[in-house]
Amino acid sequence: MIEVKNIKKSFEDKQVLKGISATFYDGKTNLIIGLSGSGKTVLMKSMVGLVAPDSGEILYDGRDLLKMDSKQVKELRKEIGMLFQGSALFDSETVLGNVMFPLMMFSDMSPAEMKDRAEFCIERVNLKDANKKYPSELSGGMQKRVAIARAIALNPKYLFCDEPNSGLDPKTSILIDELLSDITHEYGITTIINTHDMNSVLGIGENILFVNKGECGWIGNKDAIYDSTNDDLNNFVFATRLFMDVKKAHELRKKMQ
Amino acid sequence: MILRTALQTFGSYCLFIWRVFSIPDKWKVFFKRYIGEINKLGIDSIPLIIVISLFIGAVCTIQMKLNTTSPLMPRYAVGLATREIILLEFTSSILCLILAGKVGSNIASEIGTMRVTEQIDALEIMGVNSANFLVLPKIAAFVSFICVLVIFSMATSLGGGYLVCIVSDIVPLSTYVYGIQTMFNEWYVWYALIKSVFFAFVISSVASFFGYYVKGGALEVGKASTNAVVTSSIMILLLDVVLTQLLLQ
Repeated sequence: MIEVKNIKKSFEDKQVLKGISATFYDGKTNLIIGLSGSGKTVLMKSMVGLVAPDSGEILYDGRDLLKMDSKQVKELRKEIGMLFQGSALFDSETVLGNVMFPLMMFSDMSPAEMKDRAEFCIERVNLKDANKKYPSELSGGMQKRVAIARAIALNPKYLFCDEPNSGLDPKTSILIDELLSDITHEYGITTIINTHDMNSVLGIGENILFVNKGECGWIGNKDAIYDSTNDDLNNFVFATRLFMDVKKAHELRKKMQ
Repeated sequence: MILRTALQTFGSYCLFIWRVFSIPDKWKVFFKRYIGEINKLGIDSIPLIIVISLFIGAVCTIQMKLNTTSPLMPRYAVGLATREIILLEFTSSILCLILAGKVGSNIASEIGTMRVTEQIDALEIMGVNSANFLVLPKIAAFVSFICVLVIFSMATSLGGGYLVCIVSDIVPLSTYVYGIQTMFNEWYVWYALIKSVFFAFVISSVASFFGYYVKGGALEVGKASTNAVVTSSIMILLLDVVLTQLLLQ
């Protein structure tokens, strides 16, 4: 479980995070949603230590990231997997090399064991016959899968995903969402997904934090989102005709029941 | 304002170097990357060095012949002067200025691209000291291999003059060979090697620094690459003055 308490962050004069508090649970897909510029990426980067917040607490199962020394941070990071928006695969390594990389750096496995583990992770994300390919030879969806395989190679306790669906077609996006959801439940990982994708929100949002202008706008889940009276949230989630129709259909079904 | 920026940049560079020179997480991975960098930064530069050194050696010989027309000058002076130019300045300073363009831009653009595509962030999230992991093998490889490149350049440059003597007969071959052997001072070879080690460190570390701190996109990577080449070239020229004073006085 990860708890953030009263996180504040300013860049020069602009306060981006204005005291956000939230809890992200084990074995659940925790979503951070919000408009562009609302501060959700800064929140996620603060949580993983890429950005230093001005104040607040970030508790990883009770261990405060902001009070750790560099050695403790390094140890904690071995428990974290992260999927970046652009996949961030190493260009010079093959798919197998990318997935083996964290094992090579931080495990005591033999080369054969590392290869087996990497191949298992690659199979787990439903990638076949891609082991010897380089990232530039893969499609966007395949790159995301490789990045997921690399992120889970060391059996992380915490998985962070920064806009995992960006640049993907709707069908591939759903497949990636399902994969993340399955992995989360299978391994009991605390998964935190930063997304704009409403399919993800209504599909896998078990615990949703809506960040609005640097503040905690709303907290709930995918079912509660339909009944929310928060105008900012409704304007964000049900902004398009498609999702307005989804909401109407949901209300109609509720009345009929 | 300019002084403040310069001091800030120098401070950041020192902190960066401090991070680079820490103990690698895994020596096996370090040596694997070290060998890869020797191949990429060193061995891949050999063809360029051969071509440039061959032509510069040839041109130096021709220039020496054309500009030493006095009958009082011995004919072997052509070979002697060519050798001194090559040992004292060309194979260390000029060669490193050329390598600052090739190797410096290569390093800055590679690390800069890794930065803008979040590959460096990915390393940091995994708990890897990215500066040490990416940069130390490059610096170690280039600094250790530069001596090979300089010796290669010395031999090829003198070979260029030798070829000119064979092809054009501007100086008898035996006189040229006598010239390049006459009054040979071994210290000049060491002087070139010592200077080139310093220059190699400047090229690889400055280029890595500019690449590592890129912010933005492709445009900024290009700018960082240019800045790396310009800054390391200026640093080489400044160091050349200092080292020449120190080593040849």
